[in-house]
Amino acid sequence: MRRYLVRKLIIYVVTFFVAATIDWLLPRLVTGNPVSLLLSKMNLQPQTYNATYNLYMKAFGFNRPWWKQYLTFWEALFHGNLGVSIYEFPKPVTSVIADYVLFTLALLIPAILLAYFAGNKVGAMAARRKSLDNTVLPVGYLLTATAYPWLALLLAFLLAAGGIGHFFPISGGFAYGLLPAWDWPFIWSLITHWFLPFLTLFLVAFGGWAIGMRNLIIYELESDYTHYLEALGAPSRLVRKYAYRNAMLPQLTGLALQLGVIVGGAVVTEVTFAYPGLGYLILQAVGNDDYFLLQGIFLFIIVGVLVANFVVDIIYVLVDPRTRVGISGA
Amino acid sequence: MTVLGTDEAAAGTGEPVAVVSEVMTKRRRFEFLYFAVRNKKLIIGLSVVVLFVLMALFGPLFVQHSMLAYGPPFRPPSASYWFGTNYFGQDVFSEFVYGLRESLFVGLIGGCGATVIGMTFGFLAGYKGGMVDELLNVLCNVLLTIPGLVLLILIAGFLHHTSAIIEGTLIACTTWTWAMRAIRAQTFSLVSRDFVGLARLSGQKSRSIIIREIAPNMSSYLFLVFILLFGGAILVAASFDFLGLGPTNGMSLGIMMEQASDWSALPLHLWWWFVPPGAAITCIVGGLYFANVGLDEVFNPKLREL
Repeated sequence: MRRYLVRKLIIYVVTFFVAATIDWLLPRLVTGNPVSLLLSKMNLQPQTYNATYNLYMKAFGFNRPWWKQYLTFWEALFHGNLGVSIYEFPKPVTSVIADYVLFTLALLIPAILLAYFAGNKVGAMAARRKSLDNTVLPVGYLLTATAYPWLALLLAFLLAAGGIGHFFPISGGFAYGLLPAWDWPFIWSLITHWFLPFLTLFLVAFGGWAIGMRNLIIYELESDYTHYLEALGAPSRLVRKYAYRNAMLPQLTGLALQLGVIVGGAVVTEVTFAYPGLGYLILQAVGNDDYFLLQGIFLFIIVGVLVANFVVDIIYVLVDPRTRVGISGA
Repeated sequence: MTVLGTDEAAAGTGEPVAVVSEVMTKRRRFEFLYFAVRNKKLIIGLSVVVLFVLMALFGPLFVQHSMLAYGPPFRPPSASYWFGTNYFGQDVFSEFVYGLRESLFVGLIGGCGATVIGMTFGFLAGYKGGMVDELLNVLCNVLLTIPGLVLLILIAGFLHHTSAIIEGTLIACTTWTWAMRAIRAQTFSLVSRDFVGLARLSGQKSRSIIIREIAPNMSSYLFLVFILLFGGAILVAASFDFLGLGPTNGMSLGIMMEQASDWSALPLHLWWWFVPPGAAITCIVGGLYFANVGLDEVFNPKLREL
């Protein structure tokens, strides 16, 4: 068990290192460095341009040798310093992220968990009932084949913009007239604004889990241990329970693999609904050439995904007795 | 979403391909065809995909209004404007046809590129083993953990100008990971077989062993991998374009949805502006997934329903 977790941890540390290095390297790789891009928007005279350029290069530390820049980058990172945002100017990037991150978490965590459990349940049910399977299978495939932006637009049109009705607000995290407070109108406003983005993420992920579980259960029900149990005269409920528990393991591995896809989906969904989470913020950072914010959000998302991956690993150890005893490294 | 079945049986039937007689291959090909035309999922999925490919290829012949011509705005679908007109009075059908072309093109580049990268790394890791395998595995695990779309946004944030080819290549570079894992596992199971050992003994080079002995034995599997990567690339490209990071001069299904969203298609109820592009993506990718399941049943005797 310890070996399994340590191995995983090493990979996560390497991932963070690589991600941080990409984060540092990218602005230095592209032609026309960020400083000249920033200055090109300032309409400066040629003489002042050079002076300002040198000043900015010095201020951002671009004139020092690359290895020194790299070391300074890591030093700042360990101090939790991600730079200053341009989009929300004097604020440091970390506190800008802190303003937005709760919305993303409130969206992602329920969507991931509910889609996972509901999808697994429905998939397992579809595997043993042909009538249900005939609808679950095509619907599941269509849902996984749906592009996030389209489902988001469709739901917004039907349920918010009046395609069917005006049941939900169309954009934002809460109504404009309200001040954040822990009273009922504000919480209600939060919930109604939250529902459609949540539903978008839920539906797409749900289809994938349902299909995955259905296929796995059918596979398990044809394996030797199932036939053996049946030959012993075990009740079919017991057989299905064992099949379900065995099928949970690949689904759990799948959960770790799907995290990245769902996070990408959340970015698109937040943008469609102008929902003030990290996905919305990262696009604002791109649009405003706010490189510190862009880099900061990227690193922050990576850390979040790594933590989530580690949680899945721990659950895997708890669920799979083989990793606990150390028979196989999984 | 990985929808590949466990394809052990298909990859591992194990006759050395080099020795298989002409008659055998011919009979097997007819056998595949026999099961292929009888597989409903494959036929339905494939016909939907082919329909949209034909529309992308020959659609421009039926376009009545240029994409850049500005007619009456906000028109619902009619005989003159098949898919209606948008906020600016442009013909949505012509946007759709050219957007479909671009989206399929980007998907094809992304799918082919990812398949090639996944195959190269997968074969290398599975065949060489040892240090090469370890290194490629770490690379794969790292990329697998980093959310692909977020990495693409980061890159696009610094690039400022993208073309369809750059977009497809970037997508290929971020989506090959699970394919490499799958191909590596399949290669592992083939490497220990006698015919590979024989090829080694006869002094063939690694490259020709991989190309002539290993790859043909999992060709059906590789095809399935390509189909899934193609569909996945179309989906990623749609999201990428929708965020406004796609090709700066051009039209694609994702860009159509972006413009519809930006120019208040929702409050104005211009549903004909954003429904066709998204529906086309769902149909194409759904069709590809269906065809994939059907093909899996055709190639894998274990899954056939007789």
